[in-house]
Amino acid sequence: MSDLSQTLREQVLDAREHQQPVSIQGNNTKGFLGNSGATPILDTSAHSGILHYEPTELVLTARAGTLLSDITQCLDEHQQMLAFEPPGFGDKATLGGTIACNLSGPRRPYAGAARDFVLGCCIINGQGQVLKFGGEVMKNVAGYDVSRLMTGAMGTLGILLDISIKVVPKPPMELTIRKEVDNEQALQVMSRWRQRPMPVSAACHDGNHLYFRLSGSESALKSAQNKMGGDRVDNGEDFWERLREHKHAFFDINKPLWRLSLPANTPLFNLDGKQFIDWGGAQRWLVSSMDADKIRALTYKAGGHASLYRRMDSEVETFHPLPEAMLPIHQRIKQAFDPDNIFNPGRMYKTI
Amino acid sequence: MQKSIDKNKLILLLTPILDSDALLHEEEDLRPYECDGLSAYRRLPLLVTLPINIEQVQAIVRLCHEHRIPVIARGAGTGLSGGALPREDAVLISLARLNKILDIDRDQCLATVQPGVRNLAISEAVAAYGLYYAPDPSSQIACSIGGNVAENSGGVHCLKYGLTVHNISQIRMVTIEGDLLTIGSHGLDSPGYDLLALMTGSEGMLGIIVEITVKLLPIPERAQVILAAFDDVERAGHAVGRIIADGIIPAGLEMMDNPAIRAAEDFVHAGYPVDAAAILLCELDGTNEEVSEQIMHVNKLMKDCGAVQIKTASDEAQRQQLWKGRKAAFPAVGRIAPDYYCMDGTIPRKQLPWVLKSIANLSQEYGLAVANVFHAGDGNLHPLILYDANKSGELEKTEEFGGKILELCIEAGGTITGEHGVGMEKINQMCIQFKDDELQQFHAVKYAFDPHNLLNPGKAVPTLHRCAEFGAMHVHKGQLPHPELERF
Repeated sequence: MSDLSQTLREQVLDAREHQQPVSIQGNNTKGFLGNSGATPILDTSAHSGILHYEPTELVLTARAGTLLSDITQCLDEHQQMLAFEPPGFGDKATLGGTIACNLSGPRRPYAGAARDFVLGCCIINGQGQVLKFGGEVMKNVAGYDVSRLMTGAMGTLGILLDISIKVVPKPPMELTIRKEVDNEQALQVMSRWRQRPMPVSAACHDGNHLYFRLSGSESALKSAQNKMGGDRVDNGEDFWERLREHKHAFFDINKPLWRLSLPANTPLFNLDGKQFIDWGGAQRWLVSSMDADKIRALTYKAGGHASLYRRMDSEVETFHPLPEAMLPIHQRIKQAFDPDNIFNPGRMYKTI
Repeated sequence: MQKSIDKNKLILLLTPILDSDALLHEEEDLRPYECDGLSAYRRLPLLVTLPINIEQVQAIVRLCHEHRIPVIARGAGTGLSGGALPREDAVLISLARLNKILDIDRDQCLATVQPGVRNLAISEAVAAYGLYYAPDPSSQIACSIGGNVAENSGGVHCLKYGLTVHNISQIRMVTIEGDLLTIGSHGLDSPGYDLLALMTGSEGMLGIIVEITVKLLPIPERAQVILAAFDDVERAGHAVGRIIADGIIPAGLEMMDNPAIRAAEDFVHAGYPVDAAAILLCELDGTNEEVSEQIMHVNKLMKDCGAVQIKTASDEAQRQQLWKGRKAAFPAVGRIAPDYYCMDGTIPRKQLPWVLKSIANLSQEYGLAVANVFHAGDGNLHPLILYDANKSGELEKTEEFGGKILELCIEAGGTITGEHGVGMEKINQMCIQFKDDELQQFHAVKYAFDPHNLLNPGKAVPTLHRCAEFGAMHVHKGQLPHPELERF
């Protein structure tokens, strides 16, 4: 629970002076994402604490090192939550790491991604300047949206110090239903309910069963269940949590794990291995030893991109290569924030 | 330094690129483009171009880039901050003729459209499928989707459904070099930096948006509106907090103060109680069952919070009638004064009583009346300052008053613009909201896209010199801003 911004700033100035790149790290629960950095660690985990939480304003501001579990607990007390349902991938996950990786859970297609809930942030840029963008209000169009640019930038543009996020009320009730269908049918059913005003808050297919989570008032859920059919799952909450945290049996295989991000209704295409469809079709987990380039080429052809979440071969980049036309603008943005290439060089892409 | 060429030479170079009626250069033809929705600011453009396809936009931009001539993109010209204000040395690119809906992907709830398509036209085109496009700025009959992306437009339904940035999936943009980039995807994310967010609300400073894929939502099963009247503004503000604390996120939650209520009622006879100090309009949408429960809940809350009158629309016609007053609030205020100036700050909602009181004090000080319309759910305040532009000095006085209101919003922990953008209008207040280092970081972002500063130059982000000049007139808390700059 302390403010380390000055210390962190001094470390950045020092790194800059010695032209010594650093790896920004909280509690390293996301170490598997991105290329590994060989450089010294710049530890942000002690820069923690909830700074401001105003339930009726739907805003929470916390330091980057604050544990997600602490934030969740604090929100729980006021019947509120993080709508993007972030996975922690470990008990010690921090807000900073979650935002830097833009990680969102099963609710993402229906509620929005981490980036959709970031209202503002305070950062240290590569020149060691402490800068504030956005704020604590829902609507704010003053200046470029640097807060969202930081989200998912994997720490390559700056150190996140404090982050303001929009929080939402918890739904009064949730229930999970499931139905046995094959994956082609599952995609069709997901698409059908996407087009109707239904209280769906998650949809996945585990290979055998299609699962929907419904969120809302009791009467609304009852009426939705009548329309949608299927059987009620008793331990629904537990099911979605295991999926979110990759603790579901599907993930328990010692092979490369891929995340395919696709237009939701993309038909299944020919990939070796097992697939788990999440996000109503827009996110598909693939356990496969297939050649990385081949997976990426097929996914790209279908309008998507493939990231490698669990690798066996350290030569393969985590993230899908950028289209050629997009690389220069990424490099120039990196330059704009971190001219001496101090922060996480190569973590996101070897060329950035 | 700029490699300038004269206007006639430029016309010669542009002629083969464009259709004969798509290049305007005579003063009488340029005149309609001299301002956008902020008509107090006017300037003639060097030339106006009206491309009909992406290739033409690329060709115009390439040519301007080669000769270092600034370019300014313009959508429907409804912006309220002077973002599309022309310059005498710049080519204006109107995207009005790029007005086709290219694709409706019902399965995925996406529509791909050209930038000149009107906001409302999208919802109209997909209504048959039971879908709609959620962001609904009050200019939605006229404003274009390209302009919405450039400004990150909001609307009445932002609290529940988000701003433009939350409701678009992909854009295609022309860079200042004339290259075409695809940003985002038809999935839920794409690799690399979130350039989609960076482009949204960038006010034409980073690229020219030539195609947009928007997300569509299913039309809710039911929508219902409740009107509650209060004899005290603070009580109305408190009621808003209570609704949210009880876990209800209304589709819309609007507040109007007495002058705004009177003006609206006189104009459209919406059935508003003209003696109320404030009214709240609370729209609830969702499934039939949920809306029924929430109406009862909100009704009770409003009573508990001291509402003196509560009215629930009994049918769709009455619902439209109650909204009509709110939607017509700006023109209604336009009827009671020769001119009005619409401000756009956002504040943490709990600061509302203090901000409104301070605005009332300023109103007395300046001798200019104010009507307040407020997106209460998300804290976005629209004070309308009433003035008469024909009275000498009154516009200047109004602008100064407006600037003070924006500063109040910053002081309250908010921002100078919630949804209208900075443009030309609020450029001085940017110097107050941001420190020099932050402004420099914005300039560095701009440089990454537009190193020669040719895209809509001079808007949205002030130079430090401008801030120093503004600061000289504006010593804050006894400290001279920007002490590092030389002063003469």
